[in-house]
Amino acid sequence: MTALAPTAPGRLDVAATRSRTRRRLVGGGLALLAWLIGIVFVVPILYMVLTSLHSPAHAQTYPPSWTAPLTLSNYQDLFGATNSIRAPLINSVTTSVVSTLLVLALAIPAAYALSVKPVRRWTDAMFFFLSTKMLPMVAGILPIYLFTTKVIHMPDNVLVLIVLYTSMNLPIAVWMMRSFLAEVPTAIIEAASIDGAGTLRILTRIIAPISMPGVAATSLICFIFAWNEQLYAKVLTSVTAQTAPVFVNTLIQTEHSYLAQLSAGATMVSIPVLIAGFAAQDKLVQGLSLGAVK
Amino acid sequence: MTVSVAEQPSVRTARMGPPAATYRKWGRESWVRRAPLLPALVFLIVVTQVPFVATLVMSFMNWSAQPDAPGKSFAGLANFKTVFSTPSYRQAVLTSVEMTVTIVLVSAALALGIALLLDRKFLGRGVVRTMMIAPFLIVPIAAAVFWGNGILQTGFGLVDGLLGELGVHHAENISFLTTHPKLSIEIELIWQWTPFMMLILLAGLQSRDPEVMEAAAIDGAGAWQTFVHMTLPHVRRYLELSIVLGTIFIIQNFDSVLGMTGGLNSTNIPYAVYEVFYSAKDYGVASALGVVVVIGSILVATFALRVVSSLLSEEED
Amino acid sequence: MRRTVKTAAAVAALALAGGALTACGAGGSSANSGSGHSITVLMVNNPPMLELQKLTAANFTKETGIKVHFVVKVEQDMRDTASTEFANQSGQYDVATLSNFEIPYYAKAGWISDMESIAKDPSFDQSDILPSMTDALSYDGKVYGEPFYGESSFLMYRKDVFQRLGITVPANPTWEQVAQWAAKVDQSQQGMKGICLRGLAGWGDNLAPLTTVVNTMGGTWFDDNWNAQVNTDGFKTAANFYVNLVRQHGEPGAATFSFPQCLNAMQQGKVAMWYDSTAGAGSLEAADSPVKGKVGYVAAPHDKTQQAGWLYTWAWAVEKASKHQSDAMKFVEWASSKQYEQLVAKDTFSSTGGPTNIPAGKRASTYSDPTYLQVAAAFAKPTLDAIENAPSSNPGVQKRPYSGIQFVGIPSFTDFGTACAKLISSAIAGSQSTDSALDSCQKLAQAAGDKEKQ
Repeated sequence: MTALAPTAPGRLDVAATRSRTRRRLVGGGLALLAWLIGIVFVVPILYMVLTSLHSPAHAQTYPPSWTAPLTLSNYQDLFGATNSIRAPLINSVTTSVVSTLLVLALAIPAAYALSVKPVRRWTDAMFFFLSTKMLPMVAGILPIYLFTTKVIHMPDNVLVLIVLYTSMNLPIAVWMMRSFLAEVPTAIIEAASIDGAGTLRILTRIIAPISMPGVAATSLICFIFAWNEQLYAKVLTSVTAQTAPVFVNTLIQTEHSYLAQLSAGATMVSIPVLIAGFAAQDKLVQGLSLGAVK
Repeated sequence: MTVSVAEQPSVRTARMGPPAATYRKWGRESWVRRAPLLPALVFLIVVTQVPFVATLVMSFMNWSAQPDAPGKSFAGLANFKTVFSTPSYRQAVLTSVEMTVTIVLVSAALALGIALLLDRKFLGRGVVRTMMIAPFLIVPIAAAVFWGNGILQTGFGLVDGLLGELGVHHAENISFLTTHPKLSIEIELIWQWTPFMMLILLAGLQSRDPEVMEAAAIDGAGAWQTFVHMTLPHVRRYLELSIVLGTIFIIQNFDSVLGMTGGLNSTNIPYAVYEVFYSAKDYGVASALGVVVVIGSILVATFALRVVSSLLSEEED
Repeated sequence: MRRTVKTAAAVAALALAGGALTACGAGGSSANSGSGHSITVLMVNNPPMLELQKLTAANFTKETGIKVHFVVKVEQDMRDTASTEFANQSGQYDVATLSNFEIPYYAKAGWISDMESIAKDPSFDQSDILPSMTDALSYDGKVYGEPFYGESSFLMYRKDVFQRLGITVPANPTWEQVAQWAAKVDQSQQGMKGICLRGLAGWGDNLAPLTTVVNTMGGTWFDDNWNAQVNTDGFKTAANFYVNLVRQHGEPGAATFSFPQCLNAMQQGKVAMWYDSTAGAGSLEAADSPVKGKVGYVAAPHDKTQQAGWLYTWAWAVEKASKHQSDAMKFVEWASSKQYEQLVAKDTFSSTGGPTNIPAGKRASTYSDPTYLQVAAAFAKPTLDAIENAPSSNPGVQKRPYSGIQFVGIPSFTDFGTACAKLISSAIAGSQSTDSALDSCQKLAQAAGDKEKQ
């Protein structure tokens, strides 16, 4: 403002104030819109949590019982003596964390080879990775089931799930990591290699720090997808390796009301993911927006 | 380290590939380049292609798991003939295409709009962003069953309850799941996937070079012009990434159909395969359906990614 | 930068923990391969089964030293698992809850072991098991399954509402009467519909009640020569009757309603009648049910035949490939015994005061047991009558080449049955006419029938 040539002070101030007010109104309106949209998106979840705190009798009424007494009985049932949710939760943590680490170990080098110094046919490799996700998962179940039960005799084992989840998430991780690594300005890498730095130094000193947020973002996404997977888990586990989503499935009933119990189970099973997601959302956005690193 | 607009062309040239002289060195060096790719590639080939080959083999077999079925035998192309001539499978393909396109496009548009809203600073921005992300973090099968039984359920669901309190006549009779099954599923999936796309797009917006944006503002560019000519091109790659990833997942979606409508007037391809596997117990036809889907998807993806998209092209933004 | 190092350290710690847990998990391996006596049981997650899960360790395991690992799944998942498991004889499960639908032809295919050892054990008292149950679970003269609990179908109605409207319900109502009552309820009561009938697509869901209506109105799925009779005569009349009744006087959104939803509608006073499984009574008379004491129970409505209830049982089957045959048989014998029923009645009576957990409907002695009659007084006799009168040998007016009242006892029924169920469901939803749904179903049924002719 100070750089502009001075004009008649009064009229400029009025015009400036009017446009500032208009901008504030528009800004306020947009903020309100954002709030409204946020609330609309979160309402189903809030309703699910509310339902989980109602007794089964109050969970399904018309009109909805907003003021019915709250109870923790559904959650207590989840941790009951028989059929506790504890073991499935532990299994989910195990399969999700280990498969995510495995995915990173495989995807980061692959993404490096496809972006920073791309191999000649990198688009073909990318396309191949994508194509492995085109077979409907349901169609691939039987060969995997037969292999697991009849060939390697490892039914009901978390290791099988870990391997499957790794292969399930690897294409996504490669695609995401490649995008992030491709954002690393080659000028920096070239400058560093001109200065005499070897590949390892470039990797650890330059690429790794820049892409850490991207790694965090990719790992969170892979963790979420591994956690949520229920089709293979349902078919390939029974007693010891049951994961959390499969457990939640068993809360649905055919001869009894089940909405309150199901809501409690769904909430419980989503809590670890919710915590991870909320805690890491900064990292997530930061990681996905690598290009702006200063 | 900001790369100013003026410097970008030289960066682009640098990334187009090494000069001709280096090609001679490629013999040995290219294996050094390829090595990091191999573990992932080999792992994926073993774990996914072996089952796929098995599925391929099964698609040429008469293999039924019914207790009274004759033993396995070679079927030639019979299963594929069944796949192409059964109207319900054709319908499943159409349903899949319709639902996927609707969900992906609406989610992407919504996500872009919301990302734009969240890109500005305002009071409680962090809270709103947290609220927006939440739907993506709920276990999908549980979310689907809850939507079917707690939200869209006739009479006892949240929607009917709210409509009733707003004074809608006979709100308890409204049954979206029966009258609009596909739309119900689409809404639920848009609800779940918009947050995912929004995060990617928000990242894209926040990676815009602020100096460049300020320069445009000083030069007198209006909000719409800035959006169309500066924001959109930068965000294009993020938009395409979110569309590609979203499509992959939504086309595979099975939990929502299972949990909400049980396939009534809304059977998509994965659900159709599931029914052939578990209701008809015809492993041969189910495998054939899977193979047809793979081939179709590859054709579509080839067109979409190599012709239309910039994701797999050699050019940078 | 330091924060990312901390994050990396946290991740590494988690990884170590995860690795340790995995090692434990992998070392433990599957429950069945351990030494000592242990079996794995696959069950549907209905209330009586969940009660069994609670009581097994302190009773069966204590007595016999056999550890039981339960895997409970919702019905559809359980059926999927069971069908893959038994078809491939994977040996992952020793015992599973199957029904009188699968057991005969699983037996024929050699997938399950016969239970003659249990049937011949005098302490088990096979003669106490209701004869229709034993028949339904036998093949080729041998018993292949023992029932855990049985059900038929009957009509449940609000006594208080009907009294107010001046309707008297005879012991054996007809469908025509039911339709009239439904109309009367609709016209008079605000917010209460006449009847709740299943509309959710499933061969065991909407087709079950529909098929009983078909049978009693003179229809059948197949004539004696395996020609499908879906879009003719009795079937057509019955289907149109069922769909119209639901559309006019049934609950809104019926196409998505199954047992739990109708149960809820009944408990919330949204409908005055409910025709469904006898298992509904236990929940309606539970301690926390809003309609406890207000519901009357009469025989399934009929038309041309005298009896129209269905017959269904969740029964135990032992997989042929199981390596723990004798342990599995011991478990089945205990779970289906009189002693177990008494154990549950005591436990239930003292804890929840509700009869839903008692696995009734299989033994005659249950219905003369005072402890049981105390909790189930309102519906015990109608239930027993329904099961005993279920017309398993001849459910309809004509001979048919298949067994089963509310289903067609051939394996391919799960296939064309599911497809037909979806067609009927969409007719109920109003997306197509009943007749066009029946025409489409006829083609599918005929294709299946042609295969049976060979």
